[in-house]
Amino acid sequence: MRTLTTLFLSLLLLPSFTDAQDRWFTKSGRIRFDATTQGSPEEVAGNHSTVVCVLDTKTGALQFSALVKGFQFKAALMEEHFNENYMESAKFPKAEFRGTVVDNASVNYGKDGAYKVRVKGNLTIHGVTKEVTTDGQIVVGGGKVAAKSTFNVPLADHAIEIPRLVADKLATVAKVTVDCTLEPLRQ
Amino acid sequence: MHSPQRLSAFILFLAISSSVCAQQTDDLLSLVEKDAKQQKEYVKSAFKSSRVINGHSMEFLAPGLMDFRILHRFGLINQGYSNFFGLDQASMRMGFDFGITRNLMLGVGRSTYRKEVDGFVKYAPIQQSVEGGSPVTVALVAGVTLNTLPWANPSIRNYFSSRLAYYYQAIVGRKFNEAFTLQVAPTLVHNNLVPLASQPNDVVALGIGGRYKVTKRIALTWDYHHLFNGIVAGQNTHPLSLGMDIETGGHVFQLHVSNAVGMNERAFVTETTGKWTNGDIRFGFNLSRVFQLGKRKSAEKAW
Repeated sequence: MRTLTTLFLSLLLLPSFTDAQDRWFTKSGRIRFDATTQGSPEEVAGNHSTVVCVLDTKTGALQFSALVKGFQFKAALMEEHFNENYMESAKFPKAEFRGTVVDNASVNYGKDGAYKVRVKGNLTIHGVTKEVTTDGQIVVGGGKVAAKSTFNVPLADHAIEIPRLVADKLATVAKVTVDCTLEPLRQ
Repeated sequence: MHSPQRLSAFILFLAISSSVCAQQTDDLLSLVEKDAKQQKEYVKSAFKSSRVINGHSMEFLAPGLMDFRILHRFGLINQGYSNFFGLDQASMRMGFDFGITRNLMLGVGRSTYRKEVDGFVKYAPIQQSVEGGSPVTVALVAGVTLNTLPWANPSIRNYFSSRLAYYYQAIVGRKFNEAFTLQVAPTLVHNNLVPLASQPNDVVALGIGGRYKVTKRIALTWDYHHLFNGIVAGQNTHPLSLGMDIETGGHVFQLHVSNAVGMNERAFVTETTGKWTNGDIRFGFNLSRVFQLGKRKSAEKAW
């Protein structure tokens, strides 16, 4: 009877445990955005270090969320303009990506290694959602899963206007680098 | 957990919760974001500059920033074409402001008007925050001005203290929305020496300043100081300025028309002579250029 109960118990608990290991997350992911024009002495770049990211290794669902105000610039004035004039962060506080790892099946989450993947989904910046597909990397190792990618975001795609006055100091396409190290999500 | 009943209830709960969770795959972010702590966030960019027009605003320079300010006040517009509507004459102030912390800044300047040197400290014990915190910013300003003109009458015994004046302000301001900001600023100006016996040494005034953003980079501004005492008939009046802030990348231009010529609190509160009703107004501008002096540690982290 006792063994039966234990068996029954472990059977019931099993799905919930595997579930926990299916989901990985971080609240301290990093995103860098760089819109420096080639040859311009003025670096237009911001770093974010409190990006929220969740990955479901079973379904391949991958989601990111970043508070726009969290981007930190070397120049305080640039940060102010980024929020006030370009991203309008009071109106559009969050930037989000909701998508899936297309070739999730090819990633062996149980084995350490770096896996090249394609990621597809909806990117919302400045209140404008755009479907994007990009190359990325899933790195499994040390009991953690890292999601990495570098891709380009044309500012015009998200209705971010560049005044003619600063056109030579600001790239029309921003380079975005994502680096999030995820830990198991326990519920 | 010791009774079998409670155990089975617990198991049932786990089984249900896991299956429920498995179905909520479309919004993974909500799983971790719901318990995210809301950090206290202070309201920023209530004004484009640390001055409304003449008076201090509730806005502070970010730490590590230096604001190089060049101010011009031209002659009276009603002088007409012979003086090119006042532009032939200019009075100026050149100043440097420094952001020390989020709520502390200081500055120095020098005006051609009375060859005056001035300095101030501005500190906000209370700052308006986005949610839950204070609905207003309270900023305190203390400043001193030093007149460096030669003594008017060198034959009498003159005291250095006669060159000094002080001003104190308590700014209470609120950014109501992205476009509209309003502040009131009770002000006390103390002149150690006044030219006429009929003039008080202490002048009490109430500043009322605000801005309305027309576009992302252009705002309309107004700056009025109402004097409760110290107005001598035919001598001085309340200063009123109406302006427009234009932001162009690294610069903020504050263009305005005003009846005041002074560019520090002592001068524009107690020595504004022009009357709007007589058309005694002048064109003027503040040019603000901000430089990053200190490094921002948080943004310098290696990538």
